[in-house]
Amino acid sequence: MSAVALADPIQGPRPDEIVLSVRDVHKAYGPSGNHVLALEGISLEVRAGEFVCLVGASGCGKTTLLNLVSGLDQLSRGQIRISGRTSLLFQEAALFPWLTAAQNIELPLRFAKTPRGRRHTEVDELLRLVRLDGFGDKRPHELSGGMRQRVAVARALAQHADILLMDEPFGALDAMTRDLLHDEVERIWRETGVTIVFVTHNVREAVRLGDRIIVLTSRPGRVAEEFTVDLPRPRNISGPEVAELAYTVTERLRAEVRRHADG
Amino acid sequence: MADVVRLPNGKLDQEIRGLDNLELPLRPGVDRLRGLWSGLWPKVAAVGIVLLVWQLIVWAHVRPEYVLPGPVTVLERLAADVTGPDLPRATLITLQRAALGFGLALAIGTLLGLAIVRSRTLRSAVASLITGLQTMPSIAWFPLAILLFGLNETAIMFVIVLGAAPSIANGLIAGVDQIPRILLRAGQVLGARGYDSYRHVIFPAALPSFVTGLKQGWAFAWRSLMAGELLVIIAAQQSIGVRLQFAREFSDAPGLLATMIVILFIGIVVDLVLFGTLDRAIRRRWGLLGS
Repeated sequence: MSAVALADPIQGPRPDEIVLSVRDVHKAYGPSGNHVLALEGISLEVRAGEFVCLVGASGCGKTTLLNLVSGLDQLSRGQIRISGRTSLLFQEAALFPWLTAAQNIELPLRFAKTPRGRRHTEVDELLRLVRLDGFGDKRPHELSGGMRQRVAVARALAQHADILLMDEPFGALDAMTRDLLHDEVERIWRETGVTIVFVTHNVREAVRLGDRIIVLTSRPGRVAEEFTVDLPRPRNISGPEVAELAYTVTERLRAEVRRHADG
Repeated sequence: MADVVRLPNGKLDQEIRGLDNLELPLRPGVDRLRGLWSGLWPKVAAVGIVLLVWQLIVWAHVRPEYVLPGPVTVLERLAADVTGPDLPRATLITLQRAALGFGLALAIGTLLGLAIVRSRTLRSAVASLITGLQTMPSIAWFPLAILLFGLNETAIMFVIVLGAAPSIANGLIAGVDQIPRILLRAGQVLGARGYDSYRHVIFPAALPSFVTGLKQGWAFAWRSLMAGELLVIIAAQQSIGVRLQFAREFSDAPGLLATMIVILFIGIVVDLVLFGTLDRAIRRRWGLLGS
């Protein structure tokens, strides 16, 4: 089996199968009585192979939701069902500075007790997939921000994740690198068949990438509205079609922000 | 598989590779010999100035020359002692004690640090105590150590461990405390559990601070050992400290100063060459050194 053929035609999920279901999830922080509600009854579903973007203003609990789905945090109420493995990518690449790029990618394989020989072939394949072949022995500080983020993507794929959760992964990159990484992540998504849940506050980015855009309310987070993006791929982030839909989504977000004008 | 990792050789590929190459920092080549020389000459000059000041004081006859001999006399004596049988033997005894004492301190300090890192209760109970212990001058432990163990090596080892182990434990604790949360979360997300998370995430991340602790621990151990050898004199064990003490008793100023140079030399070599190299190697790997 190939390292990067994540949607195994035999064992993998059927297309259109729901691989992530979030039902009436609540998340509160702090002591009861004096708690802060980050998520209030949020419900959504993601199908196998889908590219779903979550957008929302500050305080919509996007990051909280991803932490819950990835198991880094415990939910207060509700239900999350996942079929398959998840991996989470952060805004920072969060590479381990004492390891080379290749060793970083290899680490989840070591945790999974993959035999050495297979680890090395998988790492080589993944480096090629993110176009970093030849950079395997570089350390994180010797790579640019965009390259580090691609190593992080390869490292997440090394977990054989069926669902990639991405938390504003390109938020800290310059515009040109970000545009190229949009093309890259779209290509990787197509080639691997992985399901992607992509959190961003950049609406154009969401329209550029998503099959579906889910707009969240703020404080507490709930689903405000859903948009299906029917534009053909690959989309041009500066094109008029993307701009038009981005305008509609932004209007919806602004209405949400206005709701909080009086505190 | 081949068609999965097939890459379009088109514009996107070129653009990404182009941007990668543009964003990689250019590293101009360095003249190694010149770099070595520019690092070395200030040190050589500093030693030269110290020797010069020393000679000037001797020439000024502040003290009679049999009490404060000049650098030439002392260095000649040092050259003679280093080739003779006594000084090398004494140095060997002292170094063996240093290695044993530091090794013990390393084991105990690391175990202690580990226990504190793992247990919240233990931390609030003894963490500040350990820092407090470091402020205790090690020589103040010797009377108690001699009472407890007698005039022997055990007393010396006891004080070395008390001096060095807290620094080593503190280095480990500080190292674990300072791990960026994002790295711990990344480890968790990638599937590091139990032993794996210590072996592959927590220990490597704490290593720079641990090495700093080792360095500090060595300084404490070396000082404690010298104090111990001056106080705990074992007749059959002609150590460096014993030589120092005897040189004073026989008013052998050149021998005394020659021995002091050996003490200084060993301290510097271990601190700078051993731990300094380790420290720089780690910083270079992490990209913390300005290149």
